[in-house]
Amino acid sequence: MPLRERVKKALRLFLIFLKIGAFTFGGGYAMIPLIEYETAEKRSLIEKDEISDIVAIAESTPGPIAVNSATFVGCRTAGFLGAFAATVGVVLPSFIIILLIAFFLRRVMDYRIVQYAFFGIRAGVLALIVKAVVSFWRRAEHNGFSWCVMVAAFLWAAILDWSVIALIALCGLAGFVYCLVQRRRGATQ
Amino acid sequence: MMCLLELFYTFFKIGLFTFGGGYAMLPLIQAEVVAHGWLTVEGLVDFVAVSESTPGPFAINISTYVGAETAGILGALAATMGVVLPSFLVILIVAKFYVKFKNSRAVSGVMYGLRPAVVGLMACALWGMLPTVFFHSGAISWRAVIQPEFLCTAGIFTVAVIAALKKVSPILIIVCSAALGIVCGLLFL
Repeated sequence: MPLRERVKKALRLFLIFLKIGAFTFGGGYAMIPLIEYETAEKRSLIEKDEISDIVAIAESTPGPIAVNSATFVGCRTAGFLGAFAATVGVVLPSFIIILLIAFFLRRVMDYRIVQYAFFGIRAGVLALIVKAVVSFWRRAEHNGFSWCVMVAAFLWAAILDWSVIALIALCGLAGFVYCLVQRRRGATQ
Repeated sequence: MMCLLELFYTFFKIGLFTFGGGYAMLPLIQAEVVAHGWLTVEGLVDFVAVSESTPGPFAINISTYVGAETAGILGALAATMGVVLPSFLVILIVAKFYVKFKNSRAVSGVMYGLRPAVVGLMACALWGMLPTVFFHSGAISWRAVIQPEFLCTAGIFTVAVIAALKKVSPILIIVCSAALGIVCGLLFL
């Protein structure tokens, strides 16, 4: 692809992802249908069956789903330049909006009525996190291994207060070994 | 300068070890950001609400906010770049041979262990927030349980959990719990 066309494509990706970043509430997963509509249906920058892979790849690589999908679509469309443009595009709206909010959130917090509002909101947010835990739990497998990892992870972090990063590395390794052993067993039977 | 590097490095680690995006980031935020003293548990819960009610991914919102609160615009830039960079780099590599990656047994094995680990860790993050939200950082005792603060929080929390599990939109839940918080505040507190 000639450079000129690549720059043009990157610019277009930037604008598309700027729009997606500015108008999706609720982050990553909420963004996928919009990405599909803007890049596959409306503009055919990317194949439709590639879109279905985005979620799978965004979930099995580290980092926020939104950034992963933007980088992926950008890279598949216009290489490094495209990846860069799409990622900056998806990040920029939140970045600017939150900068503005950070500026006046503290001042607003001085009002008693706002304090009462946040008193209620904290309980509501806790409920949202409960829901998130439930939906992550539904997506995980439900067998002996899975339950052991779940309980071990909770105890590791909540009671023992050991490193979360070490735990993540260990659990990844455990899953890898477990699947390997399962396959071996399946092969010998 | 040291502070900027510290922000960048901390959020780089968070970006590198979060799988699943959004709320899956909470355990690491709690372990790294709250431990640094950049944010209190209360501030974190409040910010989840702010993030749900503004566009864009949670990961970007929280890193921008913590960066801005700690070291102004440059801090926001350092933290956001830190959280984005690992995904960006990993996806650049993965996008080159994503079909292979998608079908890789090693990747699916690692994810097999990570999914339940994330559930356990998120439950732990939730566990860590309970005392702050229900007892307002005060002493946990039977006497505190019959105080209006606890009863109001429990009431709002119960309603919000039911609403969240019935798939009411997060923004609506936040708005309603804010309203309930104001009503409770004016009547009982």
